[in-house]
Amino acid sequence: MSQSDSPNPPSAGTEIKPAGEHTSDQDNPAVVSRRWLLLKAGIALNGLVGVALAVPIFRYLLGPVRRDSYYNSWVSLGAADNFPIGETRLVSYRNPFTRSWDGQTDDIACYVRREGSAQFRVFAINCAHLGCPVRWFPQSQLFMCPCHGGVYYADGSRASGPPERGLFTYTYKIVGGELQIDAGQMPTLSNTAKLVQIATPGKDGDSSCRG
Amino acid sequence: MSRLKRIYDWFELRLQLEGPVGEVVLHKVPRDTASWWYVFGSAAFTLLMLQIVTGILLALVYVPSGAQAWNSLNILNHQIPLGWYLRALHGWGSDFMVAVVFIHMAQVFLFGAYKYPRELTWTVGVFLLLATLGMAFTGQVLRFDQDAYWGLGIGVFIMSRVPWIGGGLVHLLLGGPVIAGATLSRFFTLHVFVIPGTLLLLALVHVWMVIKLGINEWPMPGRLVRRSTYIADYNKLAHEDGIPFVPGAFWKDLIFSGAVVAAVAVCAAVFGPYGPGGQPDPSIIQTVPKPDFPFLWIYAVLSYLPPSMETPFILVAPILMIAGLLAVPFVAGEGEKSWHRRPVAILALASVAVAWAVFTNLATFTPWSPHMNAWSGDTLPVRYLEEATPLVRQGAVIFQAKQCRNCHSVGGHGGQRGPALDDVATRMTVDQLRFKVVSGGGNMPAYGKNLSPPEIEALVSFLETLHPKGQSPAIDAAQQAVENAAASPPGSQGGTP
Repeated sequence: MSQSDSPNPPSAGTEIKPAGEHTSDQDNPAVVSRRWLLLKAGIALNGLVGVALAVPIFRYLLGPVRRDSYYNSWVSLGAADNFPIGETRLVSYRNPFTRSWDGQTDDIACYVRREGSAQFRVFAINCAHLGCPVRWFPQSQLFMCPCHGGVYYADGSRASGPPERGLFTYTYKIVGGELQIDAGQMPTLSNTAKLVQIATPGKDGDSSCRG
Repeated sequence: MSRLKRIYDWFELRLQLEGPVGEVVLHKVPRDTASWWYVFGSAAFTLLMLQIVTGILLALVYVPSGAQAWNSLNILNHQIPLGWYLRALHGWGSDFMVAVVFIHMAQVFLFGAYKYPRELTWTVGVFLLLATLGMAFTGQVLRFDQDAYWGLGIGVFIMSRVPWIGGGLVHLLLGGPVIAGATLSRFFTLHVFVIPGTLLLLALVHVWMVIKLGINEWPMPGRLVRRSTYIADYNKLAHEDGIPFVPGAFWKDLIFSGAVVAAVAVCAAVFGPYGPGGQPDPSIIQTVPKPDFPFLWIYAVLSYLPPSMETPFILVAPILMIAGLLAVPFVAGEGEKSWHRRPVAILALASVAVAWAVFTNLATFTPWSPHMNAWSGDTLPVRYLEEATPLVRQGAVIFQAKQCRNCHSVGGHGGQRGPALDDVATRMTVDQLRFKVVSGGGNMPAYGKNLSPPEIEALVSFLETLHPKGQSPAIDAAQQAVENAAASPPGSQGGTP
């Protein structure tokens, strides 16, 4: 709404009217004049600077998007002998990728099931449905999720409820009697499910947390 | 000339606001729109102002750091004088704002106010709704307690289902590989800068259009909207039978907004602030995460989806819902405004409202969630164990110890994921019970590997006693016939095995 349309001019009666009409041919957009050309040059310059700045800005914004290998590394869960054969234990580890202001959020829990002297299964704490923390019930040998009722058997395979697959598992190795897992990322369908077939062919509910 | 008038003139000469403000204040609106039905939009705007003010005040103390956020909220609650009240005002203001925005939208839909030429006002309104919900979700994250942590986890798992770029989206959402300090920082940025800035800008555009296009006239059956004639009709209505917006219509806005803010203040004082809940330590897994009120319905819907529907539904349904809302004024931009002659619109609104209420109500008691402590905490009514044999008592112990109770209630206590078992013996025979326990089925896990044969026998004996007095347990008629045939002399007719 320009001032000239205003129905009630200020009572002071000293309104300063901006020039409203073309004062010369040079202001007519149809005429290619120096001032129009310079305006276009100004727009072009700003566009160029904008694009030049957009590149580093987007690169900065996309900073967290990294390959899985950037975030993952081998984490020790303690001596393998701490885990009795045939039992499932809740353990937590410090996420290998941290910032000093993360607080307790880097303390990640997981379940270790020892199936033989050198056979382990290390399950992610997150339900494969929507990531809530599943709880282990040794009496009934089931994992239950408190959110939407996903249930898994002791081997991590889906028993009932909304999950489409079994619990996520970490790849592990035993180094000098220590159980180590390849950890670093929140396990999700996008960084683990794509490896289901490769890691353990034909076995639903078993895949690596490594992407 | 009085001193005040001189001061006024000094500012007016420089600001020159009298013209545009006078135009807004005095613009004519149709007489019937000075109605109590037209107060929700201004109330939503007032609540936005309240949220901005209380939000800034909270930011004086809140520390957006993964390690300190939760502590700073507890200090606000317990140590800063009236810090709890500011938190409560902001939290209740948020709930009221979401509610008023939804009511405003329902009213606009019901009154046909989105029709020509107000399509864009509606479109901007849809984005205002999304921004309001975005504020509610990011605000829940800033509380940075267990619910916030695992609520973020749900967001991560939804993102991760996007094909091809899901992994990258998760990293972008979290600002790293896991929910941590970087995640809180970016949600702080969203909640404090990005979304409120967008919200304020869109709200001003929204109000600008309301002023420029005029407040929707009261819908009258038979008064149809046509692109060719509507603007002339509206101007006639507003100018021949109209009243200036101030004071005729605006006093109702003022009183309602004041009442809403008073309601927020009273709720905040009576009910206090919400949370923070448990500390954001993901190694503490004894938690039952739940989203805040505006998202309870989503929580319920997600629990009822069959596994095969999860990914398609989660990825497609939100797009369809938003597209559907945006399409409303372009599908029905002309014609009848009155609810008396728009049965489909009424039916659609009623269905959405009922579905929303049902899902939200379900999510308040989550019948789909196992009760994690039912097996250890819930008692068994004495009447179920009177005159019970040792085997039946043993079965009752197994029933508790094997967490059956987490999903099945007995005597009104226990989970509701599976059916209540108070009269299970009348529905299933011994063999059916045994089969169900061993091999599961439907939503029940198979217990065959987790129970020894004696345990199964004891459990089934206990379940067999669960029937109302005077009602006998279910029997297998065929089996009985076979037994009768075996007992009776050969040659007589009996069932086949």
